[in-house]
This record gives sequence, structure tokens and C-alpha cells, in this order.
Amino acid sequence: MAKFRPLGVAPLGDCAAYVEFSRTLELEVNSMVQRLAVALRSRGLPWLRDVVPALGGVALHFDPGFEGNVLELAAELTQQCLKKGLPAAKEFESEIEVPVCYEAEFAPDMDEVSTKTGLAAVEVVKMHTAAEYRVLMVGFAPGHAYLGGLNARLAVPRRATPRTQVAAGSVAIANEQTVVYPYAIPGGWNVLGRTPLVVFDAGRPRPSLFAPGDRVRFRAITGKQFERMAQQP
Amino acid sequence: MSLHVARPGLLSTVQDLGRHGEQHLGVCPGGAMDPVALALANALVGNPVHAAALEITIIGPELRFEHVTLIALCGAEFHGGLPRNRPVLLAPGTRLSIGRAARGARAYLAVAGGIDVAPVLGSRSTFLPGRFGGLEGRALRRGDVLPLLEDVAELSQERFGALKISDGRSVRWSAPPQTVPDREPILIHAIEGQHFAGFDAASQRAFFDAVWRIAPESNRMGFRLVGPALARGDGDEILSGPTALGTVQVPASGAPIALMADHQTTGGYPRIAEIAYADVPRLAQLAPGGTVHFAKCSLDMAVELRKDVKARVDAVLQSIGWEFGH
Repeated sequence: MAKFRPLGVAPLGDCAAYVEFSRTLELEVNSMVQRLAVALRSRGLPWLRDVVPALGGVALHFDPGFEGNVLELAAELTQQCLKKGLPAAKEFESEIEVPVCYEAEFAPDMDEVSTKTGLAAVEVVKMHTAAEYRVLMVGFAPGHAYLGGLNARLAVPRRATPRTQVAAGSVAIANEQTVVYPYAIPGGWNVLGRTPLVVFDAGRPRPSLFAPGDRVRFRAITGKQFERMAQQP
Repeated sequence: MSLHVARPGLLSTVQDLGRHGEQHLGVCPGGAMDPVALALANALVGNPVHAAALEITIIGPELRFEHVTLIALCGAEFHGGLPRNRPVLLAPGTRLSIGRAARGARAYLAVAGGIDVAPVLGSRSTFLPGRFGGLEGRALRRGDVLPLLEDVAELSQERFGALKISDGRSVRWSAPPQTVPDREPILIHAIEGQHFAGFDAASQRAFFDAVWRIAPESNRMGFRLVGPALARGDGDEILSGPTALGTVQVPASGAPIALMADHQTTGGYPRIAEIAYADVPRLAQLAPGGTVHFAKCSLDMAVELRKDVKARVDAVLQSIGWEFGH
């Protein structure tokens, strides 16, 4: 673990700190950050409320009753975990298959992506379903996952004007990432299709479909299959 | 037993001290915007500080209490309603009409035993964007019925009976309010955020010199601040990173946003400052149009401020406990 050393520790207020390992997206660092987060969380420290793996580092949120220096403590806990060794990614990551209907009614930005990439819609779908993705981070909103692994030929920028409402379950791409919208929220990513799966449900045992580190594949389904799956509880 | 909503007010939601331990799944802690006022209201009806109460925003609701109920209202001063910052025993059938906020923006109405909605992910707090927690994940509407404990009448009588009674309905003392501003701009301490040095010199000065106004489109997720536009000196893209309660981020427009209780858990905007935890409840008492001035402080000083506030609030909570014979 010697090669993974934090660039620094930044305060997120006086109750939280961000241990930063990279200022750019490095997949190897991102994976290590997720393993570190699992190691930190498994310590079961009652005054460590939240451990949040982000793209290039991990945030530690402490109980406000804690009176020490968050920067020193975050650095110390990180050091201890790195020294002890991190759990292997395969110990916590799941494999998830996500059915997606890429038909026109669910894919408002397919034409634009086709134009920008010079690929026919069927080619776009083929490429999007061929790759294996990894959950780089869950953030912004509950269950909102950022997936890495998009074929570079599908890399298009975000829409110039974000949509005021993107439907729940929308599968969208921008740059070299894919997201799946957990709710109907505003968004600027290019929508290629929609999954009938419920991405986040606070009432079920595993509320979030995606967790950091999970491996994800998309599978194309028809509109009919979508309707049938959407009706299942 | 229940509490009937005759008029919902502007934004009345069930809140407790929030849900923790799920931020890695994008679930923010949420909870009361002013947790100090919530804790005081709870203590005044003999509840643990983390019990669920009603957060009332700017325009109050009208509520009908079926049974004898011990309640307390803390936080912002609202017109009408009832004596604040003290336990009040309501008679069966009482209609309580709370008007408009006169000072501060958010008040907390606690009921003996708490509001008995089901916890979701460990908390009864309403998270509006995700539509979960509280009452069906939404703000109160006319005709809603909020569940209270089955024995709320007995519990209310028993707890009120333990107090030194003045007039049969309330007491002669009140708890000192902690978070309601008496003049504006309010002074809020903040430490430099991770990307502070990346802003140009004029913007670095302006953040701590300007008087900022809370924009109308502010909400429980964040307060948008109106003032001088802030610009970055280095144009580097920021890798999406974590945020926390009180993080001040600056989108490309240059208008900062202070992240409040229902904040997003990660964000891609540079973080110019981090508000001291001790001062967030006071900021939460500003309504749109309210003004704030940021004073730079060190991390160590923010920790000291937090200790001071905790000691002061703990002392008040303890003296309330004594009144109940604890």
C-alpha cells in the first residue's frame, strides 16, 4: 500500500475532512479509495458517522460531539488502514445487470449522440451494452451512481442546456461516464434509454441498486419487456 | 392519537436530528435545519433531543389537537400561536393557529412523546427531494393527520404534573432562545475551503468583505447567496468531490451556494469556504432576503466555537431536565 499516499487532507468544515489521493480520475486510485472506505467503515467507530468514497479521495464525517482535530484524525485513521492492508475489491463489490430499453420514446438524445459520434443508433446500443462498467461513486442524490467504462467512441459532452426534468431510471452518458437517474430530476447528460428497475427505494433492505465498486452491465430490452418489468413489484 | 392539520403553512415537515451512515449511497443526513431549536423544544416537553417534531417555515400552520397534549414551540418568533420556549399544556380540541414569522425563519413544535411516523433509514426526517421519511416523504397538506403516541394525553399530564405550575397551562420560566438573530447582517464564521486559494484575490477578499443576501430560490438543500460574483484565478476543472453541511460552493455563475441540511452528498463545484458547525443553526434562521457576513476563522477556532455552543446548550438542556425532576 506504500504507493498510495494522500496528496493532503482538506477540512470539510470542523466536523469532516477529505483525504485526497488524486485530483484527476485515476481508476486504480478510485478503486483503492473504495477499499479504504470499506476498511474505515468496518472499524465501527461510533464517532465516525459517515465514510464517503468520492472519485479521488474519501470523506470522513465525524459526530459533532467529537472535539479533536479532524485533519489529524482523518490522516491517522487512513494511515492505520493503509498499514494494516485493505480488503480486496471482490469482498464487497456486486455484479449487477441492468435491463435498459433504448427505444426512441425513452431515448430523447439518441439522435444527437448518433450525429455527434457518427454511429447509427444500433451501433450506439451495441457499444453501450458491450462494455463492463464500474460504479466510481454514488453521490449527488440517493442512489445516483457514476459509472466508468464507457467506450471512448461514445464520449460526448453534456448537453449545452440541461433538461429541467429527466425521468427516473433514465440511462445517460457524458464524457466517459454513464449515470442512471434515481428520480425525476434536472440533468444535462445525454439520455440513451431507461431501465424499469427502481434505482433507489428507502424502504427496501438494500435501498440503493448501486454501491461504490459494483460491476455493472446493461442489457437491451424491448418496450414490451420494459412495460412488463415496470409492472412487477 | 393524532394531530390534525387544518392549514399546512408554507412548508411544515416532520424532522428529527437526521439520518447518518448512508452518505456513501448518496443519502444526505438531512434533519432539522436548526437542530439547537429542535433539541430545546424536545427537552421542554420531556422528550429526548432527537425526537421527531414539526419544522415550521416562515408561515405557520393551523393545527387541531384532539386530546390533552403537552407541546413546546422554539426557534423563530411567529405571530400568534402560543407562549414560546416553554412547555404548554393544550386542552382537548385546541385549535392552534401560528401566523407569520416575525424574527427568524424556522420554528419547531415538539409534542410529548414525539411525532410517531415510521423511521426510514434510521430517521423520521422528511427528505423532500427523495420523497421519503416524515409523513409520506412530503410537506404537510390540509387534512393530514399526524400520528402521536397512543398515550399522549396521559404522558402529557404526567410530565406537566412534574413541573412547578404557574397557571395550570404553562410555567413562569422560559428557556433562553439560542439561534434567532436579533439584527442583520448576522455574523457567521467560516474557514477557508479546499479551493479557496484557486479564487482570484478580489474574490477571496469579497467573500469575507461582502454582505450576502439569501436569494428567494433558497431551500432546505442550500442557500443561494446574492452579492459580488466570485471568479477563479486558475481555470482547472475540479474533480467531483464530497460536500458537507455548511460547505460553500461556487458554480460557474459566480454566485455561491451554502449547503444546508438536505444538501447533495457530492458536487463538482469548487468549495470556497466551510461554515463553522456552531454557526449553521443561526444561518438556518435567515429567511430569503436576510443578510449574512462571513468572518474568517481557523479550524481550531471553529472547534472552540462548537465546544462553546455545545456547553451553553447542554447547560440549558440540563436546567430544563431539572424542572422535570430529572
